[in-house]
Amino acid sequence: MGIARRLWRAFDDRAGISQILGPVLRHPVPKDARWYYVFGSATLFAFLLQVVTGIALALAYIPSTANAYDTLQWITHQAPFGRILRGMHYFGASAMVLLIGAHMARTFLMGAYKFPRELNWITGVVLFVVTILLAFTGQLLRWDQTAVWSIAVAAEQMGRLPLIGRALARFLLAGDTWGGQTLSRFFAFHVFFIPAVIFAFVGIHLWLVLRHGISEPPEPGRPVDPRTYRAWYQSLLSREGRPFWPDAAWRDIVFGVCMAGAVVLASLIVGPPELGKPPDPTIIQADPRPDWYLLWYFGLLALLPPNLENYVMVLGPLVALIVLLLVPAISNRGERSPARRPWAIGLVFAICLTIGTLWIVGARAPWSPDFTTGPIPARIIGAATGPIAAGGRLFYGKGCQYCHAIAGYGGARGPDLSAVGDRLTPAQMTWRILNGGMNMPAFAGNLTPDELDALIAFLKSRTTRESTP
Amino acid sequence: MSGDHHPAAAKAGSPASPGRREFLTRVSIALGALGAAIVAVPVVGFLLAPFFEKQSQVWRPVGTVDSFRPGMTVKVDFPDSSPLPWAGVVARTAAWLRREPDGTFVAFTVNCTHLGCPVRWLPDAGLFMCPCHGGVYYKDGAVAAGPPPKPLPRYPVRVRDGQVEIQTSPIPITT
Ligand code: FES
Repeated sequence: MGIARRLWRAFDDRAGISQILGPVLRHPVPKDARWYYVFGSATLFAFLLQVVTGIALALAYIPSTANAYDTLQWITHQAPFGRILRGMHYFGASAMVLLIGAHMARTFLMGAYKFPRELNWITGVVLFVVTILLAFTGQLLRWDQTAVWSIAVAAEQMGRLPLIGRALARFLLAGDTWGGQTLSRFFAFHVFFIPAVIFAFVGIHLWLVLRHGISEPPEPGRPVDPRTYRAWYQSLLSREGRPFWPDAAWRDIVFGVCMAGAVVLASLIVGPPELGKPPDPTIIQADPRPDWYLLWYFGLLALLPPNLENYVMVLGPLVALIVLLLVPAISNRGERSPARRPWAIGLVFAICLTIGTLWIVGARAPWSPDFTTGPIPARIIGAATGPIAAGGRLFYGKGCQYCHAIAGYGGARGPDLSAVGDRLTPAQMTWRILNGGMNMPAFAGNLTPDELDALIAFLKSRTTRESTP
Repeated sequence: MSGDHHPAAAKAGSPASPGRREFLTRVSIALGALGAAIVAVPVVGFLLAPFFEKQSQVWRPVGTVDSFRPGMTVKVDFPDSSPLPWAGVVARTAAWLRREPDGTFVAFTVNCTHLGCPVRWLPDAGLFMCPCHGGVYYKDGAVAAGPPPKPLPRYPVRVRDGQVEIQTSPIPITT
């Protein structure tokens, strides 16, 4: 026996490591637990990756409102390995959100939340919620302009809660406005509070996995009956169970390593998200957008009818949480196979479709004025002098173009006016411009009669024939 | 694993009557809870401090009266009411200050009443526009279009010794 082995034996005899870990690692699992079982462990790997890269970043990051932005600039552009570390932390967060979503979808589709694994699901829902909170607070630690305004947006949403809203908003800001305490508190939540909750719930979740065993792959026509399930599952394991290590664990390792590799690769090729402008609230040219995982929610808030907005903002997340927590209470027995639960497939599909659509809309944000638009070129206006040319300039100068596009120049908030001359008469245009309506401001007090005439001349000339450059 | 411990444990426990054991259990739990509570009070209090703190507001000068032309709306910057020394640039606040043709002043917050994004003043259009969801306000702060539920909130403004002063205020939260 080699000296290393003898040393290990002696150490293990005193420490009792194999005695504790051995049965855990070798606990039997159903033999058909295959690739679709790897998302849970991969989420855990992603979390550990976040812990490691987060600790490394904390070596240089200063969580003070005055310094955080500069330290991140230094980490990203000057510190050795800083850029890749920030990239890994960013893509690791993305991986964690994606994987926990995939794990939940898999668990739901395969009915793995049913008896006796109801608590596994409930602890998983808690982990999902705190993962989203971890991701959101992480975005805030970037402490650029977007982070600062995102806190204001979050505080405003809190403010809609009845009675306690204002106090909660103040709690989030850590004062009346952003200030010296705002970032340090978010930092504490991001690196201490939330990870502590995650560690605790991962511990409980894993304990429950060990206690109830990994759910066997479902088969149509094999429903869960709480009276007989446990005995049946034990007999299945004793008949054809395999030790978790290494028979099943190798897949978790392979997938986890591939995930980590993809994270490293993405951070090398794409790099971390660039910081925005400095976190100075007096720089008004801001366009705060959440990171991709909450972009769909941004889209939802923009599209909601105003009279529904408060309800959705206040009750939406609460109802979603309660429904998720109640999933096992709604049905904890019966068929597990997705083949016999088409509504489960439909539901997951509908959720993905809704979030996907809102995500695309959120990324395009057609409701936002296009402040980046530039004056329409003379060749499109079709005149260099005279009322049409003056109208073209006014169309840009008076801000019409932020919301209306002509020949691709301008925003998408209002109707495209490339061919408005075909649709509306000058009288109709005049009425709409002066009185507003249909979500358009009235310009009556802001246009001289000459300006109005020029604008109408320009818009009248926007016909199909002329709008083609 | 626990083979060595049982006899000793039994021996140590044998003189204890069930009543004494019950008493010791309760005392231990109560003491533990008391200890946890003593530690928790300052920790939780510190965590929840923003709920209890009151910040007093102050008047901040933003420029001489003459530096603002009647009919113009301009952005003015001023420090928060009580910036902490390490707050850095976030201790700064902006407001849209408008000098009316009659010479009076109005100061609007830059925060949209929809979800708090910073509104921009478009002087030629005479409108405030919000980049987030397209909220639009007229020059007097009234809602012109989009989702904002309320007009732009105003800061208290006064003129003292030829200086225009704005009173600091919390970020307006629409409830
Ligand atoms: S925050 Fe201004 S329109 Fe939504």
